[in-house]
Amino acid sequence: MSVLVLDRVSRWFGNVVAVNDISMTIGPGITGLLGPNGAGKSTVINMLSGFLAPSSGTATLDGATIWRNEDIYRSVGLVPEREAMYDIVTGWDFALANARLHGLAEPGAAALRALTTVDMLQAKDRALSTYSKGMKQRVKVASALVHDPSVLLLDEPFNGMDPRQRLHLMDLLRTMANDGRTVLFSSHILEEVERIADGIQVMVAGRHAASGDFREIRRLMTERPHQYTIRSSDDRALASAIISDGSASGVQLKGSGPATPMGESEAELHVEATDFSVFVRVLPRLARERGITLYDVSPADESLESVFSYLVAR
Amino acid sequence: MNPVVAQLTLRGLLGRRRVFVLAALPVLLLLFSLVLRLTIGPSEDLLESIIGGLALATMLPLLALIAGTGAIGPEIDDGSIMYLMAKPVSRHLIIRSKLLVATVVVLVFASFPVFVSGLLLTQTSMALVFGYTLSTALAGIAYCAVFLLLSVITRNAVIIGLIYAIVWETIVGTFVPGAKTLSIMQWSLAFAEKAGGDQAVRLGVQSEVSPVLGGILLLVVTVLATWYAGVRLRTLRLAGEE
Repeated sequence: MSVLVLDRVSRWFGNVVAVNDISMTIGPGITGLLGPNGAGKSTVINMLSGFLAPSSGTATLDGATIWRNEDIYRSVGLVPEREAMYDIVTGWDFALANARLHGLAEPGAAALRALTTVDMLQAKDRALSTYSKGMKQRVKVASALVHDPSVLLLDEPFNGMDPRQRLHLMDLLRTMANDGRTVLFSSHILEEVERIADGIQVMVAGRHAASGDFREIRRLMTERPHQYTIRSSDDRALASAIISDGSASGVQLKGSGPATPMGESEAELHVEATDFSVFVRVLPRLARERGITLYDVSPADESLESVFSYLVAR
Repeated sequence: MNPVVAQLTLRGLLGRRRVFVLAALPVLLLLFSLVLRLTIGPSEDLLESIIGGLALATMLPLLALIAGTGAIGPEIDDGSIMYLMAKPVSRHLIIRSKLLVATVVVLVFASFPVFVSGLLLTQTSMALVFGYTLSTALAGIAYCAVFLLLSVITRNAVIIGLIYAIVWETIVGTFVPGAKTLSIMQWSLAFAEKAGGDQAVRLGVQSEVSPVLGGILLLVVTVLATWYAGVRLRTLRLAGEE
């Protein structure tokens, strides 16, 4: 069980502040590091992987300073974003070299296991220069797994992978997280983060904008109304009840005619709730009191995209 | 030495037709020496001109530049060195392994051809040939250490190294009296001078420093450059990080 900690870390390059006074703790499980380009994600990964010194603050792994500490690599596996590898060697030679550099007792067995894990055994004897982007990405992951690390850091790991490979890597990361490992990955593909991350760390313009479960983060943003799309047996009566109750700042009826349980009608009700926790208690009560059947209640803006857009807009 | 680092470095240095770039100059030297031997015949004056003037002063620094910068520069430029650095391997050990490979390459592509070329050109000065070979080897080690350091501390290592090799070592180090004492070539030449004895004096093979001082200076430069390259590798920031 390894824990990465950034404590009041800043990093600047000349006059440019890449990371500004951020603190975060990343424990076992999968954590997604999210943010737009230039937000400082790679700078954070580089500081956590020992390739960049914090200008101020500390970055530690299980209490040990990461910077200038080669011993951390016994428990850290790194998948860098850059594509360059030792293109002159084969996938097998590359994985084996990584295993030998770790000083493993049985480097051949370790390399074989890692390449099997990423499903690259068949192409192992081809030169890396002949690999597709997705294949290179998988061999990079294999090279990070050869020593069975307790911490895995991945910078944009899904880049260049086809959907099947993505699912495969997602499963692999989940398995590692379930084994108690600490997995941190950065990604600009929101669905990926949403699908596999136990928690997210959101960075915007070098600042740590939010952390935790992304749905929880969204709920904490009380300044912005929470939007729901509702289908019921009587949208008009329900809209009236919600407005009368005062738990929503606005409602909008869309489509015409009564909704049906199977959703054949396009009629639906859009509600902007002012307080998430109040609204989710009030809505069933209002419906029950008026004899209205709720067919579907779904949050309209709880995707990671909307969370992210909102944080960036702030 | 770390054998994996050495192996990857060697493949990087000799792979993808780079071996032909390295071999070009020594092959030219050997062909030139052979032609001179066949047309003019063995001559000690030729030996001094070709080995001292061409091989030691020009070919050696250029080959060491290719080997020294090539041993680590491309990996730093494209970022693949991350795979070596993200391992529990001392950065100093990485540098020492790469220096060893670069040195072996220089011994093969510079010292050995110098020896063969010397055999082709000499008539009676076998001692001077051995001296030149030793000078080439010792200077090659120091050059490689310096160029390896340059690659770690600057992205313009090849340009700076080229200016150093051609302007300083070849021109300033050969013709400017005061600067001669600050030249790796001159330090190493002390060994050729010593080995050649009277023959070396007659041919004008003369160093500005004694073999002892030359040896100490070569050792100090090699050790300091290697150590500092390791220190700088520990804090290396890869291009594009900012």
